[in-house]
Amino acid sequence: MTVHTDRIAQRSRGRGLGRRVVASLLYSLGLPFLLLVVWGLTATSSTNRFFPGPLTILEAFRETWIGPAFVDDVLPSLYRLALGIAASIVIGVAVGTLIGLFHWLRELLEPLLEFFRAIPPPVLIPVMMLLLGITDTMKVVVIVSGAVWPILLNTIDGVRATDSVMSETADSFQITWWERLRFLVLPAASPRIMTGVRQGLSVALILMVISEMFASSAGLGYRIAYFQRNYLIAEMWSGILLLGLVGVLLAATFGVVERRVLRWYHGIREVNRA
Amino acid sequence: MPDRNTLLRVEHLRKVYESANGDVEAIGDISFTMRSGELVCIVGPSGCGKTTLLKCLAGLLRPTSGLVEMDGQPVTGPSPAMAVVFQEYGRSLYPWLTVRGNVELPLRHKRLSRAARDKLVTDAIDAVGLAHAARSHPWQLSGGMQQRVAIARAIAYQPEVLIMDEPFAAVDAQTRADLEDLVRELHTTRGISVLFVTHDIDESVYLGERVLVLSASPTWVQEDLAVDLPVERDQIGTRALPRFTELRTHVYDQIQRAKRGQTVAP
Repeated sequence: MTVHTDRIAQRSRGRGLGRRVVASLLYSLGLPFLLLVVWGLTATSSTNRFFPGPLTILEAFRETWIGPAFVDDVLPSLYRLALGIAASIVIGVAVGTLIGLFHWLRELLEPLLEFFRAIPPPVLIPVMMLLLGITDTMKVVVIVSGAVWPILLNTIDGVRATDSVMSETADSFQITWWERLRFLVLPAASPRIMTGVRQGLSVALILMVISEMFASSAGLGYRIAYFQRNYLIAEMWSGILLLGLVGVLLAATFGVVERRVLRWYHGIREVNRA
Repeated sequence: MPDRNTLLRVEHLRKVYESANGDVEAIGDISFTMRSGELVCIVGPSGCGKTTLLKCLAGLLRPTSGLVEMDGQPVTGPSPAMAVVFQEYGRSLYPWLTVRGNVELPLRHKRLSRAARDKLVTDAIDAVGLAHAARSHPWQLSGGMQQRVAIARAIAYQPEVLIMDEPFAAVDAQTRADLEDLVRELHTTRGISVLFVTHDIDESVYLGERVLVLSASPTWVQEDLAVDLPVERDQIGTRALPRFTELRTHVYDQIQRAKRGQTVAP
């Protein structure tokens, strides 16, 4: 009798696993699908021309973005985005580490940092246009001017919070300055740095679009603004869809990198939870 | 004139912490010497400044006055002749490095060939019985194993003296016995000099060849006791010896007197 129930329990456990996978798929895809259906139904019954159905937008997506526009608009945008993110990370981590390490530097720069951080980056676009012209550099500078702050401030905090016993260990073994930076300070700050990068990414994407809407002749932001001004509504929506996809891709890439870089951090948390 | 075997010489060491609410005298006047190859335990009532003393010896804290000499050279900062094993192993090992990486880190700036460095690291990890865990990360190991990693890191550094600050205070009793035997073994087979700070009276008598009993704060050395137990020690036999009981009772009485402040500074 016991054997019998055991077998049943096992079989239902196996079936339970399959069911859980299906369930989680249904959960993650169910709501988007439902929304699409609702959208499709309302759009067909609506006469508002600014509100096209999903099929129309998908059609526009295929026609607009798959082809020369990908090379002329999407790739340059992504290139500037990548450059802006890379520069933000390098500047944010390098400057943040220095400020975090040296007390006097922190006291010197803190009021200045607070001021610059408070300036909304889009207002810099006209200034940058005058200083740097309507160039890629201008757009990258605008991206950096916004995305660098969360990375910089989180790095400062992370570096400052280096554990005292870990520091004493480094002292007692007379570890050199570079080794200390490479093997203690930066890894110890890396969870905070990654938090900053995650926040910086979304800021960078926003600023990429805005920098292109102001003064540009190519790029995703420029295209979307162009479609909107010319009443190409389905095309405009398809651009927004593409931006959403870029955002999702960015988050997914970050997720992969973060899991690699912070493997030890997540490992500790798992051990502590168990 | 110090004799040739003197490894560590401490003379009239005094440490005062300055604070807004007035100065706190943590260490009053400590003097002792330690010979090369000795295993000396320092035991005292809680709050007597054991950790302060140890940090002064290791060059991590500057004493207010007095002298610490290592091989006849005054200690003014951390020295390659000493390696410290801290009590908080979880905060002393770097979780982003593997066991091997942790042991190797202090050797990176020593001018060693790759092969010589690898040999030191492998040898140290073997010596603490962690060969199977070399590629693991510290947080994947138990507390006792983590403290073994810290010991391996210290001996791979090849110091002249191993300074241990209540290293086994945070592990369970069985693991603690194993780790005590590991320290005895490293001391007898490798001739490593060990300065072992503890608040555990039994541990100090079981491990040490000498026990320095500290007074309550402001601290001085209340007694310098030679432990005349056989060199070969084991957890059951040695602890059952009448002499062991006598010694631990004696140290216990000394600490009780220290706590009550019934002793007079020299």
